[in-house]
Amino acid sequence: MTAPVTIRVQAEDFDLQSEIDRMTGGRGEIGAVVTFTGLCRDEGGRLEALELEHYPGMAEVEMTRIAQAAVERFSLEGITAIHRHGRINVGENIVLVIAAASHRQAAFDGANFMMDFLKTAAPFWKKEHGASGQAGDWIAARDADDAARDKWKN
Amino acid sequence: MTRLVYSAWVRERIHTAEEDIVLPASVRTVSDLLTHLTSLGEEYEAALQFPEVIRVAIDQEHVEHDEPIAGAREIGLFPPMTGG
Repeated sequence: MTAPVTIRVQAEDFDLQSEIDRMTGGRGEIGAVVTFTGLCRDEGGRLEALELEHYPGMAEVEMTRIAQAAVERFSLEGITAIHRHGRINVGENIVLVIAAASHRQAAFDGANFMMDFLKTAAPFWKKEHGASGQAGDWIAARDADDAARDKWKN
Repeated sequence: MTRLVYSAWVRERIHTAEEDIVLPASVRTVSDLLTHLTSLGEEYEAALQFPEVIRVAIDQEHVEHDEPIAGAREIGLFPPMTGG
């Protein structure tokens, strides 16, 4: 069967365990599940929240493209990627990736690949909200994220 | 008519999230489009003054600046992405 790909862009939070259960239920061929959860950090107390903007339509399309590439490259048994938008306070979830495979290496690699491309190619942008309540700047893209993506070129 | 979609600080500087515009026939590539938009007013100039950093998607797929725009229904212009 084709490995199930689940992509969601939503304002509300997600529940890690129910997303894992949804992927693995009745799937005896799955031997490894790797999950990644990205949270909003406070940057040393400087931040209160992030505003996550996305390009509606393209965000889902691009995440689906990346997920399908991950399934193909690592022979995944399934992949889920959920990205939140809107205001996200410090300590709250931003993004979830779940990669399932027969064996652990493919699951680790699949989740890692999904995140590296999600950060550099999926149309999302973060704006800072400072601890003193004022709206801050848009976060600049990091060269380190491009380098992380480029390691998959080989 | 072509729909233009702006995101993040590009949207803030142009003061609109999307608009439908008629492009002159001389605007053939993404690069031509960026130059043309810059001539539309100071908001556009502020948003696109460093065209090399602007990322572009045609019909929701990433493209380079030398890509022809003929037949495009929707063109997105935005800064480098910072999600995840």
